Amino acid sequence: MSEPPREPKGAAPSGLTSDEGARREDGASRAPGGERDKQSEREDRAPILEVRDLTVHHGQLRALDRISLRVFPGEVYAIIGANGAGKSTLLRTIAGLHHPTEGSIRYDGQDVTKVRPERRATSGIGMVPEGRRLFGSLTVEENLQVGATYARKGPWTIERVYELFAWMKDRRAQRTEQLSGGEQQAVAIGRALVANPRVLLLDELSLGLAPVVVQRIYGMLPQILASGLTVLLVEQDVSQALRVASHLQCLLEGRTTLEGKPSDVTAEQVEAAYFGLRPAAAEQASEEALWSGSTTSSRGSWSAACTRCSPAGSR
Amino acid sequence: MVGGLYALFACGLSLMFGVMKVVNLAHGDLAVIGGYVAVGVITVTHIPVLWSFVIVVPLMAVLGYVLQRTVIQAALDRSILTTLLVTFGLSVVIENGLLQFFSANSHSLGVNDAIITSSFSIGSQISIAYLLLLIFVVAVVVLLGLQYFLSRSRYGRLIRAVADDQEAAQLSGIDYRHVFGIAAAIAFGTVALAGIAYGMYSQFAPTTGTDTILLFAFAAVVIGGLGSLWGTLLGGVILGVSQAIGAQISGSDEFLAGYIVFLAVLVLRPQGLIARRSTS
Repeated sequence: MSEPPREPKGAAPSGLTSDEGARREDGASRAPGGERDKQSEREDRAPILEVRDLTVHHGQLRALDRISLRVFPGEVYAIIGANGAGKSTLLRTIAGLHHPTEGSIRYDGQDVTKVRPERRATSGIGMVPEGRRLFGSLTVEENLQVGATYARKGPWTIERVYELFAWMKDRRAQRTEQLSGGEQQAVAIGRALVANPRVLLLDELSLGLAPVVVQRIYGMLPQILASGLTVLLVEQDVSQALRVASHLQCLLEGRTTLEGKPSDVTAEQVEAAYFGLRPAAAEQASEEALWSGSTTSSRGSWSAACTRCSPAGSR
Repeated sequence: MVGGLYALFACGLSLMFGVMKVVNLAHGDLAVIGGYVAVGVITVTHIPVLWSFVIVVPLMAVLGYVLQRTVIQAALDRSILTTLLVTFGLSVVIENGLLQFFSANSHSLGVNDAIITSSFSIGSQISIAYLLLLIFVVAVVVLLGLQYFLSRSRYGRLIRAVADDQEAAQLSGIDYRHVFGIAAAIAFGTVALAGIAYGMYSQFAPTTGTDTILLFAFAAVVIGGLGSLWGTLLGGVILGVSQAIGAQISGSDEFLAGYIVFLAVLVLRPQGLIARRSTS
């Protein structure tokens, strides 16, 4: 409440005040895949989620240091970064599980920084937490039912989740702790979907899963997006993130080191941002390429804001 | 047959531990409050003793919800250990409050119905009072109902989900504090029922809660296995039977026998007879 809303470029201010249902239609219809390519058009709309100068402490440790981001309807916004970069903390803070020491989170034009996590969930911020976090003693179907208990109105139902994951219906009476990791991940996604969120936060979907399973799960993303969702995902697996993302942000030790469209950043830039190397050092490092540079070419210019490529970042 | 009574005491304790990890040290005193409330309700409304639960149980359930949402939740927000202190404090407050207002005289809920007060015998040694049989049946019905509620109903599902993972439940839009409140309401309702049953079976004074009821409830829960409703019933029955056998040997061995069984279970099968699957 304390801060004035940032002026959304060119977006109709009325969009902020109209009711949620109308906004939903709005967001979905204005975000077909083709439009995502142009930065200017991206900025045309009001962000559905806006994080400003977010600082979070875990005890003495400053896990996030003035992180800002704006997610627009229909996007796949990927946050990458190494272990301990603060990615999960960022998502958990957006979901309301951590309290920021500074900064604000605005969702759909409303300041939700002080809103309890369950209220955020019912207003449309869904999350698939790291490590799945299913209700282990409940069956697959019960997990989905719990997810649907306080659902918003929308396209997703338990039936529709069964259609998305064909195997699930036959095993719906099984306890989820007996499922494999990939299956559990699918149930976790289903549990988040049936609540019909407008923004879906995906925390490390690939964690602890075989590459084939990871690909299969990410393969579901287009179908999920087709229902009009916006996705904010966190991923250590850079190549996977680049494959699906329409916007990219790299964190290192709680700070943003790179931001831009995947097509505008080079492999070297991503590497430098990911590991905190200087650009010169990054070229050298690309020889031993920890990441598979198959996705991007170096066609873009430095339109991405590389705010922190100094040696201080490379500890 | 006293086992039914013990099980009735223990299931609320077990539920509160299973869902919110609260070891409710005031549990026995709450049963006694249930008994006193019943005494009050009966003197005011002249309702038959057997039917007093219709008023007492909902009253206690509301008290449970309120206490959980205020005092116990505040303790939980700090740490699990704080809940031990807080419920212990509650226990002391309740006990002394009752002493203050009702004196140390013991009360009972007399039932003057001949069918209830008489007993029947099996063989020459064992005689069973109809009252205890009734309590046992009530206990089984309550446990069945609880089981059905937890496994089938919407709120039961939420309670289990919250017990599994609070944070994930929040991400699904569930206010776990409300769910805790409901679980506490159920626990308080069952303990009120147990308090009334105890008042009909025996007599209670302000100190009965911690002196006997709480200990027996704990013993029943531990023997049966934490978090298992049917284990609780089994634990109650075993405790009751061993006490009866002990009493046969010598009047003073009654409680001793119960605790020997309790210790034996702790040594031989610390997870309880019907162990709940381990959750990590």
